[in-house]
Parts: sequence; structure tokens; C-alpha cells
Amino acid sequence: MNATLRRLSTVVMVMFLALMVSTTWIQFVAADSLNDHPRNVRGTYSALSRDRGPIVVKGGEAIATSVPVEDNYKYQRTYSDGDAGAAAIYAPLTGYYSVVGTISGMERYANSYLAGEDDSLWLDRLQNLITGEEAQGSSVELTIDPKVQKAAWDALGDYTGAAVAIDPKTGAILAMVSKPSYDPNPLASHDSEAARVAAEEVINDKPRVNSVGGEERFSPYGPTINRTINATFPPGSTFKLLTAAAAIEYDGKTPDTEIPAPNTYTLPGTSTDVANFGGIPCAGSQQMTLLEALEISCNTAFLNLADEVGKDGMQRMFQDFGFTDSIEVPMTTSVGAYPGLIGGENDDDSDARIALSGIGQGSVRMTPLQVAMISAAIANDGDLMEPYLIQSVRDSDLELVSQTKPSRYKSPFSSSTADGLTKMMEAVVNSGSGKGAQIPGVAVAGKTGTAQDEPRSPSLWFTSFAPADDPQVAVAVVLENEGQSTNETTGGALASPIAKQIMQAAISK
Amino acid sequence: MSILQPEEKAPARVAEAVLLLVALALGMGGMWMVGYSLEDGLPEGFWTYSIVLAALAFTIHIVLRLRAPYADQVILPAVVLLNSVSMAMILRQDLDGINGANASRHLMWTSLGIVVAVVVLFVIRDHRSLRRLTYTAMVVGIVLVVLPLIPGLGREINGARIWIYVGSFSLQPAEFAKIAFAVFFAGYLVANRDTLALAGRKFLGLQLPRLRDLGPILIVWAVSLAVLIGEKDLGTSLLFFGLFVGMLYLATDRVGWIVIGLVMFAGGAVVAWSIFSHVQLRVNIWLDALNPDLITGPSFQLVQGLFAMAYGGMFGAGWGGGYPEYVPFAFSDFIYASLGEELGLTGLLAILLIYLVIVQRGLRHAVGVRDGFGKLLAGGLAFVMALQLFVVVGGITRLIPLTGLTLPFMAQGGSSLLANWIVIALMLRISDAARRPSALPTRGALAEPVPAAVANGGAIEVGGPGAGPVQAGTEAGAGRNATPDDATQIVRGVDL
Repeated sequence: MNATLRRLSTVVMVMFLALMVSTTWIQFVAADSLNDHPRNVRGTYSALSRDRGPIVVKGGEAIATSVPVEDNYKYQRTYSDGDAGAAAIYAPLTGYYSVVGTISGMERYANSYLAGEDDSLWLDRLQNLITGEEAQGSSVELTIDPKVQKAAWDALGDYTGAAVAIDPKTGAILAMVSKPSYDPNPLASHDSEAARVAAEEVINDKPRVNSVGGEERFSPYGPTINRTINATFPPGSTFKLLTAAAAIEYDGKTPDTEIPAPNTYTLPGTSTDVANFGGIPCAGSQQMTLLEALEISCNTAFLNLADEVGKDGMQRMFQDFGFTDSIEVPMTTSVGAYPGLIGGENDDDSDARIALSGIGQGSVRMTPLQVAMISAAIANDGDLMEPYLIQSVRDSDLELVSQTKPSRYKSPFSSSTADGLTKMMEAVVNSGSGKGAQIPGVAVAGKTGTAQDEPRSPSLWFTSFAPADDPQVAVAVVLENEGQSTNETTGGALASPIAKQIMQAAISK
Repeated sequence: MSILQPEEKAPARVAEAVLLLVALALGMGGMWMVGYSLEDGLPEGFWTYSIVLAALAFTIHIVLRLRAPYADQVILPAVVLLNSVSMAMILRQDLDGINGANASRHLMWTSLGIVVAVVVLFVIRDHRSLRRLTYTAMVVGIVLVVLPLIPGLGREINGARIWIYVGSFSLQPAEFAKIAFAVFFAGYLVANRDTLALAGRKFLGLQLPRLRDLGPILIVWAVSLAVLIGEKDLGTSLLFFGLFVGMLYLATDRVGWIVIGLVMFAGGAVVAWSIFSHVQLRVNIWLDALNPDLITGPSFQLVQGLFAMAYGGMFGAGWGGGYPEYVPFAFSDFIYASLGEELGLTGLLAILLIYLVIVQRGLRHAVGVRDGFGKLLAGGLAFVMALQLFVVVGGITRLIPLTGLTLPFMAQGGSSLLANWIVIALMLRISDAARRPSALPTRGALAEPVPAAVANGGAIEVGGPGAGPVQAGTEAGAGRNATPDDATQIVRGVDL
């Protein structure tokens, strides 16, 4: 019988081998498709039921936390301890973590850290594997300074618009406010029907904005859109900084160079005449220095200047700022638009459009962050630092996992160009269109903007940095379609005081 | 019990003691991690479970030193490992409040199982004494199988009528029936193997048995079909029939029997499939588990088990990291899926290898033991465990249709634990006989007294003392049928 016993033992081996193969098939070969199976609730629950790390701002205040609850998800994501008002201030940063599948903002773009899945956390995961402990997410500390953030939130008041503040020396984003905002807490509800209803409500809610003719117009951007990085507006006169930068950098102009400033300017190749704001002449002699032209924001001078710099120069400067590229802050930013760069074949880049772009009109569009980056580059001697939001990541034992090292993003112009532009921007605030941004005892450099956005009312801009001699903060403020084509509702009148309050909050440390 | 008192030089079983420590450490580590994963501290009852398991394991270790000093030293630690890992898994599910998972009950049945194993080792000093129970075992086995069909005693649960209820206790008699049948088959086959092996005509190169010799196999086939039809339990039916065919082959070396057996089982299964809707449903679930029409109802459990295993992936979610609450009967029928979810493919392959070690050691001792009855019993018990594992794991991993059998030593359930601990006790007893140094140069047991019972039992003695020469004679007479392997074995036996 020993021979049959040996043969039986071979049969047993084959049986076990079959079991090993079938087990391997399920757990290795078919595992991915089984995990993705729509009937498999494990994937959803395991992703949603993690003890996610908190999102904290400078100083340690947590703006998003996971609170243990007794349901399938185990943890309820809570923003600003459930305080709707406070949560709305940070909503453009945190985003929301919904059980119905939508995740946005930092919750989405820093998910690998928050969920504890990032490759840099391999050591923690190995520890968890050995100890059997449940994986805990890492905490993500933002560069956001709550003092600056709140100042920006309060200063924006009930306007539709956005404000962003960055440290020009590092690129760290100090404040990022978008209005109207929303409370992310109901969107993270574990009642999937309630969460869906809450999400639909804020996603479909397009704020009504002012229009030129008075008819009903709505912003294309709802409350869940982070207007600082994912909404583009015509930059208007703030773009004159870029035009001036190109003229100084490429054409050897200086702030004192006399440039033509006609009463009206006829767009090249057309018979369209463009006048200055309110039809007022810039200078009796129809000539003025570059500094004076920027100081009073003379349109005809910059239309002409952009035409002089030409298509290649203007496009090059726009690209040298990196405005045609998306940045991961870590949220993906929208790209800007400039004639002939990203619009494809139908993008009109005729001389008339280039001239018009000199004053930030026509088809030029930028995000508030990009406008702030112009100021930041000027403030930092022509070195544009890469904007970022994540200061550091710490694992559940509060050990540092990673820390963002500031890095140079672009160098659009030389430091002497930056010096010239600084001098011109200081004139804007000291004696020009941006007097509203003056801070007693601090030299402020800035630029106003009132950008036509027909059929909607003009959008109002102010971008600045301070102190001008030792810049600590660069700011951009946009008030979406809040202008009424009167002197009382220009960027200088409405937006510059808001920028002032943000800068003050950032400087007074 | 031996004239030469080989116990004086009997092994101290140090290897077994060391391996037992390793096995217990793994189980305790599992429970420890379960506690820290779910409750941030040692789980309630950690020390009770650990100490009771360790005490029981070392009790049986000491009993083996006294009563079966030459017994295999790997089998016991392997079983203790499986049992204590399952302890951790059931504790984990108990802590999670999963309805039905009951760690203290599992511990109780484990203790009872080990106590019964100790009793078996004490009472059955020589496995050959079981041979006189050949026909008793047959009756017991058939009665056990039929019990659940008795109205009032049996109860249908989840579509299978395999339980009996006595007071507040429930039993799965089939688990015990498999031992009874193994004893019966061994006794019957060792007496009739020559008739079964040699008589008959040749057909298409296969030596077919005589019709009148088909009697017992027809009985077993009928019993299997009764189980399949009456109790709607494909697994148990497959288990009994597979056991019989396997042992028939062991005894006769006739592939013809296997072919006949498989054809008969397949025929019965096909007929059952065409007649019974529940069998058709089982097959549909097996072939098309992810069918949207089945996934919410009939194939829910199977698919949830697949999801659990897939979620575990290569290395598992870790102790306490899975979702056993989604898998119905994650603590009993589907504990394999739960283990796969938390320990991963790595863990499951390790568990399969441990089972393989137990089964292969069992088969190895069947080769080593000197009497035919012992060979058949050891081979049968080892094979039935392999078969049970194949049916359970194969069902969960969709190799074969899902049935209601439980994973030996791991699934929560008293009958399964008790019965399989008895199997292990018998395996250890036979291994002791296989490894005990023989005082005489011939195979056979002149050094040991002939059990008086054998003579009284009235069975024709073939495999007992003097089996070697008889075997040699018959196989030499058969000529063509004696494989070189067998011949070598005989010569070696004589040379010993």
C-alpha cells in the first residue's frame, strides 16, 4: 500500500496546489477588479473610514479634523469644529470630503498625506503592518496665517471676489479667500442623501453680479470654486505692470523715459479709438514719463507701449511669468490667457489685440494668484518664488515627514527692472490711483485695476506689496463685477483699502 | 507495553515543546494585535485565552510524552497554531460585536476537543484495537449521517439539513461520521482488499471489479446521495464518497475503482442537478457569482467573501483592519475569507502550508506504520482532512461549488473542533506506532502482543501481525499487479 500512499500524497499535493492557485487568483490577480467592483462597499468605507489627519493653519489651529463616530465610516470629517462661519473662511482651502464621492480642495490634493498613503509614509505603514494598528493619516500644516486670512475675509465683506496674499520671499501663501464661500460641514455628512442635496445646492448656486445694462447676470463661478486659483478675470490695469516690465526689460526703457500718451489711441489696423478712463486726457503735452503713466494708469500710453513692445515681447513676458502653466499649490491652478498663446487657431493675436492687452483688456485673463505673482516677482527682485500652501507634513506621532523648501519658480526680469517697477508702484500708492492702500509709516507699492468685463460690470483690482524696501507680503484683491464705471467704484477706491488691511495684518507680526 | 521497554530511551519531545511555544506565541501575538487595533489595549480575556490555550497544549504534550513518546512532533504544534490563530480571529470578531462570533465558546470547544484528544490517547493504546469496531463503526457512521433527517431532531439551517439539536446543544453529526467511516473503511478494506483488487475482468485496459464486490461501494454511494439529496449537503456527500474512493484506491491500487467511483458520483450529481433547483442554484452561483441577479441574494455570501479576500491582497489589512461584518458567517463557514482579508495572501498560503504539513505527516506515518489497518486508517484520516480543506477552501475560492463544510481547527463550531481533535489524536497514536523502534528484524509486531480483540472480532486477519509474508505471497501470486515499489517495500520490510 505504500506505493498508493505515495501516489495519494502526490494527489494531495496537487489539491493543495489548486487551492493555492485559486487563492492567489483572488487575492492577487483578480484583486484589483474585485476591489473596484461597484457592489464592493469595502473600498468606499475603507477610504472614507480612515482616521484622516487634520489640516492645520499656522499656529496650530485645526481647520479640518476627523471625529470618531459610531457608524460605518467610523470618523466624521469636521471643519472648524462644525462652526459654519469659521469653516466658510477656510472652505476654499480645505475643500470638502463627501461620502457621495466628491472630494475637493486640500482634502483631495493632499489626500495621500491626510489618508496616510503617501510613499513618504512607508515607515509608518510598515510599523502599522507589524503592530496591526490602524493606519492614521498625517497632519498637513498650511502656510496660511489665520490672522491674515481673517483680515482678508473681513475686509472683503459682502463683495463677490477673492483675495490672496503671498510671502514674496518664499512663495508661501498667507491668505486665500474666495467669496461667496460655503460651509463644507453639511457636504461631509454621512447621510448620503443630505450630503448630495447640500452639494448640489452650493455647486449650482451662481452668485448674481452687477451688469452694465442692469439686466440679470450671474457669475460663472459658484461658491465651491476657489476664485483665487480657479477663476480667471480680465486683469485690467494691473496688467500694465507686465507691459511696463516688458518695456523696461526688453526695450531699455526706464521709469523716467518719456512715452507718448495721446488723448485717444487708435488700435492698429482698425479705426477703433480708445480713450482714457472717463475720457480725460493724461497729459497736455500728450507725452509723459513711464512712471507718470503708471501712476495715473494712463490707458493710451500703455496701449501704445504694448504695441511698441510687440507681440513677441508681450507673449514672452507672459510666458516668462509661467502664466500659461498650471501650478500645484497643491491644488491645480487655472492657466491664464493671452492672445495667441493658448487659444488655438481662433485666438486673435492681431496687433490690435496686442495693443489692447497692454492695459489688460481684450482676451487677457488671469487668476488673482497670478496677479499677486506679478507683485511678488517685483517685490523679490525679479525672482518669482513658487507659490505653495503646505508648510509641513507630520505623521500621527507628530514626527516631521516632509517640509516644503521654497524654490524659485521663474525669473521673468532682472533686479534692476524690479527696482524700476517698485519705484513706479510706490508712486501709484503715494500720489496716484492707489492712495487707498497707504499704510502710515510703511512704504507700500501697488497698482489699481478696473477691468471691463461686458456685459457684466467692471471687475475691480488692486495688487501690491509691502514694505516696499523689505517686502513681506504681496497681495492681489479682485472684486468681481463690483464696478459701476464711476470714480467711486474703481479698483483704487474699493479694492485698495481691502489690500491695505490684508497687508497690515501680514506686516504687524 | 513493549517487552523491550523502549520508553527508557524515548525522545524527550523537545522539538515539539519549542514548536508549541512558537505556535502559542503566534496566536497570542494575534490576540494582542487584535486588542491594540480595536481597543487600544490588551483585549478582554487575553490572559485567560492565552493561559488556557498554553495549559491545554502542554497538557497534551505531556500526555504524549507519557503515552505516545514516539509520536510525531510537528503535528501537534501545527494544529495548536491553527487553533490559536483562529482564536485570535474569533476574538477579533467577537470584540467587533459580530453576531454569532463567540470567543469564549470557541475556547470552550477547543478545550473540550483537546480533552477528548487526551482521552483518546489514553484509552486507545493501540490503534489496531479499533479494528474490532469495523462494523460497529459502519452502523454508527450511517446512524450519524441519518440523524439530521429525523423529524424533530434535525433542523434545516441556511438550506442544509446537517444539524441536530439536543436541548440547547447543536451538533453536526457528519463531522463525527467521517471518523466512523474511516475506521469502517479501513477495517473492511484491509479484510477484503485482495478480493477487491484481484477478481474481475479487464475492460479497455482497466481491471473492473466483480459485480458482487460492488455491494459496499453501492452502500456508500447511496449514503452519499442520501446526504446530497436529503440534507442538501454537497460537501459532506463529496467528503464521504471521496474518502471511500481514496481508501479503496489505497487498498487495491486499482484505478478502475476510482473511475467507477467518479463516474457514479458524477452521475449522481448530474441527476441531482437536473432534478433539484437548489443544486442548480449552487452551480449557477459557482459559475456566475458576480451576476447582478445573484449578487444581492444567492451569491451574496460568496461574493462578499471574494471582496474580503481581494481587499486583503498580498499582505492583508492587518489584524482588526478588515470588515468581517459584511461577510455572513465570517467566524465559521467563511473564516478563510476573514483570515485572507486581515492576513492577506501571505497569511493564507502559510495556513495552507501548515495544513499540508499535517496531511503529509499523516500520510508519511501511514507509510511508516506496519499494519495494513493502520496504513489505511492513517491514510484515510489524512486524506479526509485534505479533502475537507479542498471542499471548504475550493468552495470559497470558486474552485468548486460552495458547500457547508467548515475549516478544521479554525472555524467556530463545536462538532468540527471535537471531531478534528479526535482525528489528530488518532493520527498521533498511529504515528507513535509508526516511529516506535522495532525490536525485531521483520515487519510486523512480534515485539508487541497481538491484540486479543482481533481474534475475537472474527475478521480475516491480513494486515495485522504477519501481514508482511501474507502480502508478499498474494502480491507475488498476482504477479503483474505487484509494482516494483511494493516489491521493494516488502523486501525492505523483511530486511528491517
